[in-house]
Amino acid sequence: RIKTLRECQTCQSASKTSSSVVNQKC
Amino acid sequence: MIHLYKLNGYDIAIDQNSGAIHVLDEDTARVLACFDAETGEMEGTPEENGLEGIEGLDDILSDIEELKEDGKLFSPDIFRPMAGDLKEKQSVLKAMCLHVAHACNMDCGYCFAGKGEYHGDAGLMSYETGKKAIDYLVENSPGRRNLEVDFFGGEPLLNWQVVKDLVAYGRSIEKEAGKNFRFTLTTNGLLVDDDVIEFSNREMSNVVLSLDGCRETNDRMRKTKDGGGTYDLIVDKFKRFADARGEKEYYMRGTYTKYDLRFTDELLHMADLGFRELSMEPVVAPPEADYALSVGDAPVLTEEYEKLALAMIERRRQGRPFEFYHYMVDLEGGPCIAKRISGCGVGTEYIAVTPEGDIYPCHQFVGEKDFIMGNLDEGITRPEVRQMFRSCNIYSHEECGDCFAKLYCSGGCAANAYHSTGRVDGVYELGCILHKKRIECAVMMKACEADDAARAVEE
Repeated sequence: RIKTLRECQTCQSASKTSSSVVNQKC
Repeated sequence: MIHLYKLNGYDIAIDQNSGAIHVLDEDTARVLACFDAETGEMEGTPEENGLEGIEGLDDILSDIEELKEDGKLFSPDIFRPMAGDLKEKQSVLKAMCLHVAHACNMDCGYCFAGKGEYHGDAGLMSYETGKKAIDYLVENSPGRRNLEVDFFGGEPLLNWQVVKDLVAYGRSIEKEAGKNFRFTLTTNGLLVDDDVIEFSNREMSNVVLSLDGCRETNDRMRKTKDGGGTYDLIVDKFKRFADARGEKEYYMRGTYTKYDLRFTDELLHMADLGFRELSMEPVVAPPEADYALSVGDAPVLTEEYEKLALAMIERRRQGRPFEFYHYMVDLEGGPCIAKRISGCGVGTEYIAVTPEGDIYPCHQFVGEKDFIMGNLDEGITRPEVRQMFRSCNIYSHEECGDCFAKLYCSGGCAANAYHSTGRVDGVYELGCILHKKRIECAVMMKACEADDAARAVEE
């Protein structure tokens, strides 16, 4: 019924406009 | 807080603060929808909510209570106190957008940089200024080992020799300085040749290659100086570039506008060309521009993100997957909480430097004199600008308080917020809507992938 599916790079990589911190690598 | 949504047949609950993700059956989703998203208590009795007919209701309620006790559902916000600590911390520089060329060999209709010149004088950065910028980054990054330098423009390949010389300079000092430079390059592709490919594949940790999709879409906005299309001039070069990258990162980076809201087809076109790492961003534009996006476009765009997610699932199942930047979300780890609270580092960890050596909070503020922070000779002469950004975090955005996505988007882009609301700590409404939809899609894709993997094991 319930299935439970939580040095960095400081918007440098692919997105110059959305600052997706979550996509960064840490 | 929890966020409940249904997508592609999956009922999903995202626990805002713990980041736990749960896939629910329909009955459980119905039950959970009767809980107050904030307090975690059921509003009214099961009977008043019409739940009495659900088989195994007691088990469902018991499972929900167990997850609450485990801190995986309706978990409290333990991070807010950290926001104050982070604000008080002295910011340490880490990344620099180096504008080596305020000039461009294209004439893109939507260029936020005013045809590459940032509404100022055209110019190329000298080696001496670039060297000074790298020295500035090294001197102002105590305690940091990894430093990022993005060669940006305009079109940086118009100043290619200086780019190469600056990379060589960085490499010559990094060992003694105890630093590790990660250089990146953003290019429109017109001047890509064997030398650019070979050098970049050796020295650039990432390259961003600008292409908007198929010929018709790309050439609508991305034009040569004499008004011709650019697709046929760059696609073969980009294919050679991407093929030669090997294991190193690259991104095809498109921009969509009011004229091409159906961007999934453009991404699939790029995938069909053989590109595997794709990114597509909403245009940055003054609201009065005919190609500008508005909140009124949100229904079409959110539907498009869903369509893209389904197309990517299908291609993965067919054995020809590709990556989409915004759907690459690490649900179990990812950036530390400090990064998630403080965001991209604009004006604090990240600065942009112009060909003349002026310092701005980021590339999107370049040319806006109110935001000039200082220059390479004198350093930060307007600390109040830096302080403005240091105060920015997800807890300074009033609108973000109870948003499920705040620890994914980190408050969004300060430049977009400023240009749409006049406040760097405002919220760019359309960007916010799109970001939430991307997170929903990315999580659903993970659920689907887990399902497929479980099914494969069973078979």
